[in-house]
Amino acid sequence: MQWETVIGLEVHLQLATASKIFSGSPTTFGAEPNTQASAVDLAMPGMLPVLNEQAVRYAVMFGLGIDAEIGLRSVFDRKNYFYPDLPKGYQISQFAEPIVGRGHFEIQLEDGSTRQIGITRAHLEEDAGKSLHEDFHGMSGIDLNRAGTPLLEIVSEPDIRSAEEAVAYLKALHSLVTYLGISDGNMAEGSMRCDVNISLRPRGHEEFGTRAEIKNVNSFRFVEKAIRHEIERQSDILEDGGKVVQETRLYDPDKDETRPMRSKEVANDYRYFPEPDLLPVIIDTSYVEAIRETLPELPTAKRHRFAEQYGLSAYDAGVLADSRALGDYYEAAVAACGDAKIAANWVQVELLGQLNRSDLELGDCPVSAPDLGGLIARILDNSISGKIAKQVFEAMWAGEGTADEIIAAKGLKQVSDSGALEAMVDEVIAANPGQVEQYRAADEGKRKKLIGFFVGQIMKASKGQANPQMVNSLLAEKLD
Amino acid sequence: MHDLSVTQLAQGLRDKRFSSAELTRAFLQRIAELDGQYNSYISVDEAGALAAAAAADTTLARGEGGPLTGIPLAHKDIFCTDGLRTSCASKMLDNFVPPYDATVVRKFRAAGAVMLGKTNMDEFAMGSSNETSFYGAVKNPWDLERVPGGSSGGSAAAVAAGLAPAATGTDTGGSIRQPAALCGITGLKPTYGRVSRLGMIAFASSLDQGGPMARSAEDCAVLLGAMAGHDPLDSTSADVPVDDYLAGLGEPLAGLRIGLPRQYFGDGLDAATGECVRAALGEFEALGATLVDVDLPNTGLSIPAYYVIAPAEASTNLSRFDGVRYGYRCAEPVDLHDLYTRTRGEGFGEEVKRRILVGTYALSAGYYDAYYKKAQQARRLIARDFDAAFQQVDIIAGPTAPGPAFRLGEKNDDPVAMYLEDVYTLAVNLAGLPGMSVPAGFVDGLPVGLQLVGRHFAEARLLNVAHQFQQATDWHTRRAATGGSN
Repeated sequence: MQWETVIGLEVHLQLATASKIFSGSPTTFGAEPNTQASAVDLAMPGMLPVLNEQAVRYAVMFGLGIDAEIGLRSVFDRKNYFYPDLPKGYQISQFAEPIVGRGHFEIQLEDGSTRQIGITRAHLEEDAGKSLHEDFHGMSGIDLNRAGTPLLEIVSEPDIRSAEEAVAYLKALHSLVTYLGISDGNMAEGSMRCDVNISLRPRGHEEFGTRAEIKNVNSFRFVEKAIRHEIERQSDILEDGGKVVQETRLYDPDKDETRPMRSKEVANDYRYFPEPDLLPVIIDTSYVEAIRETLPELPTAKRHRFAEQYGLSAYDAGVLADSRALGDYYEAAVAACGDAKIAANWVQVELLGQLNRSDLELGDCPVSAPDLGGLIARILDNSISGKIAKQVFEAMWAGEGTADEIIAAKGLKQVSDSGALEAMVDEVIAANPGQVEQYRAADEGKRKKLIGFFVGQIMKASKGQANPQMVNSLLAEKLD
Repeated sequence: MHDLSVTQLAQGLRDKRFSSAELTRAFLQRIAELDGQYNSYISVDEAGALAAAAAADTTLARGEGGPLTGIPLAHKDIFCTDGLRTSCASKMLDNFVPPYDATVVRKFRAAGAVMLGKTNMDEFAMGSSNETSFYGAVKNPWDLERVPGGSSGGSAAAVAAGLAPAATGTDTGGSIRQPAALCGITGLKPTYGRVSRLGMIAFASSLDQGGPMARSAEDCAVLLGAMAGHDPLDSTSADVPVDDYLAGLGEPLAGLRIGLPRQYFGDGLDAATGECVRAALGEFEALGATLVDVDLPNTGLSIPAYYVIAPAEASTNLSRFDGVRYGYRCAEPVDLHDLYTRTRGEGFGEEVKRRILVGTYALSAGYYDAYYKKAQQARRLIARDFDAAFQQVDIIAGPTAPGPAFRLGEKNDDPVAMYLEDVYTLAVNLAGLPGMSVPAGFVDGLPVGLQLVGRHFAEARLLNVAHQFQQATDWHTRRAATGGSN
């Protein structure tokens, strides 16, 4: 049978507030265990939560970024369960009245095509601490630094149909939240954690199949692998006439498989009820509109603008608009050189390639956008060839100066002086009588190939600096 | 000295008739001599009290300080006190020493008051007789075989027996007013949000409110002035200006309309107690007030609504007592489940466990709509009843409790009979209104309380009404026979 995959994603996004959602403790990652846990975070008797307004602002920014209904009244609830890294015995979350309602945003696939993915809701909640099971001689350690860190739980509609789309969704989400500046989106540090709900149904059927939930898949690559594995597992079961069990599963990247986590997931009763220690959050439209005013151009809009304004392919526009910093870099380079297409090519191939090889972020890039633009300008005005430009770029990367400084210092400027070129051409012709003979005997078609040998010799003699167009025309003149 | 009111003591300190150190020592001595029979204190902080008294004397010697500088007080053991055990009368917190003060405690310290110690109470404030305390029952100073009421029974008994001039209490369903009534003192439960709950160990967050317990309305006015006010660290605390409660005590009652809810004078009210209350109401008429019958038709919903909402909130408020970070932990747990079940099974008393069970049940999937949601609807109806009544009258009056202090053990086997103790007080918490209990007479030598209920944030009016009554009567000046050497 042909199966269709149905995927919904729940992303827990850590918001980049300086302090926790209900206490004044800092949220810095990687501090010594329990050094960022206040009496509130430890759930000491009598302690009370106070809502961090910045978390509300960030949630509203996200809501505006996905064109969602903003909950002008939202309510915090208690989600009750016992676990040692949940100090109060309940998590403060939002259940019936979330701050962000239904919205949607566009994802772009590798081939440049796009899809709209619906967002069911997004709500604010606090993170739990961490239980550490190693190095405690059979006991568990509890680190409450993370307890109370603000999270935005973003729940997608079951609109995703493949592992590829799931990854595209996460990348688009990552791009959106980093554009907004509401999260660092760092998956390795747990700033973006993903639960995948996945089910299969016979193609063409309306009704959803039974889903499995895969918890805490924490890299784009693992999401893709976990989904591929889970599709295989479920289709094997269904093909054999079996039934998929509704359960929570864990992806093990070492074995590349998912396995059941807890068996009684359906039986969990969190006893949600409105948190009596907090008032409902009431915001008004002027608050929302004031936030809307501060929003930057968002990735989708930028992608469309790049394609239109600079004549880029959908794919190129997508790559360049992926992060706000890269988009800004690209536009600054275009401004400095005046050619959007060559700039797009240089940024994507040379710049991103070099960053990747050096394992650097754009923020650490040693070549500024105007300097890259300056280099491209020298290609455009024929001062150097594209090949020499790569050499200059490497020198710029190594901190040897601007393109002009390096070209001057290394004498890389293209030789376009016809006298000097003529001498070189004469020398090469004189030194290679056999090849000259061969050339002259050949027909028009073969000559085009044979002339390459002479060009190569001249470029070698000129260390690549001879103007290739002029060399070509001089050779044609002399050999014919 | 133990017979003087807070205002009289403040005057004595200012007139240098005695120092705060002398005053504090006198109360410490009375506690040492007499509290064996009442059991009203869980912890006494002699060293801390004397140090605070010495500091207060220095302030007073400079001619500085306010109405509470150097005045000894006791705090209910539900308020966290920096460096002093705060047990909530539970085995669970028998070893718990907070590293912080509750806002109420901090405010009293800042006002120069001297903390004598922490008073006994029902475990986690769950009870109406002070019999559920891990530290044993408190005895009513008017009759040692009777309960002082609860849950602030230790504070009520300590004030009634002259072991503190005044004390703090908390009131979730009547826990200030009912023990005040049963011990013959004056107690005020402020409007919900008037007094910060930060550092006050939560029982039912949407109902809990701290307030003063003292010998007179005037003393309550002094204490409330120090306790009340917005606390940015308690999101439910109200950002409403605090009145000058003392300055408001001179208003005559002529023209005051007092509403008498029919439902508060029906079946279940002890006849002699009812007579005391009616006689007291006669005093108000003599002072120029008008008595008006009012209707609170949903009064019957208050017990069922309260006994869903309060346990529901309590069941999750008490989840933090899990043996992981502080408080009691069972010996040698074998695994996590064992740690939880034995810690909580051994650390909580019967009544606390009963309420956790009830609350957990009420919030469970499939029952939420039938219980918790329904109870919230009932709560809104009850609040609406009061709103309607306050269209016709300025305050509402009636009995605080259905009868005087009952015998120790009398209602222990019947939780519902115990819950009926709060039949007149619960609705006030559910509606978030301020309520007071003032001494209004005696039945067989046992005090009877009159309850006064005001509009939201009308504490100043309530205190004035009570004060005018106390100017005209002497019930509040009657003292239980206690003995003692000073």
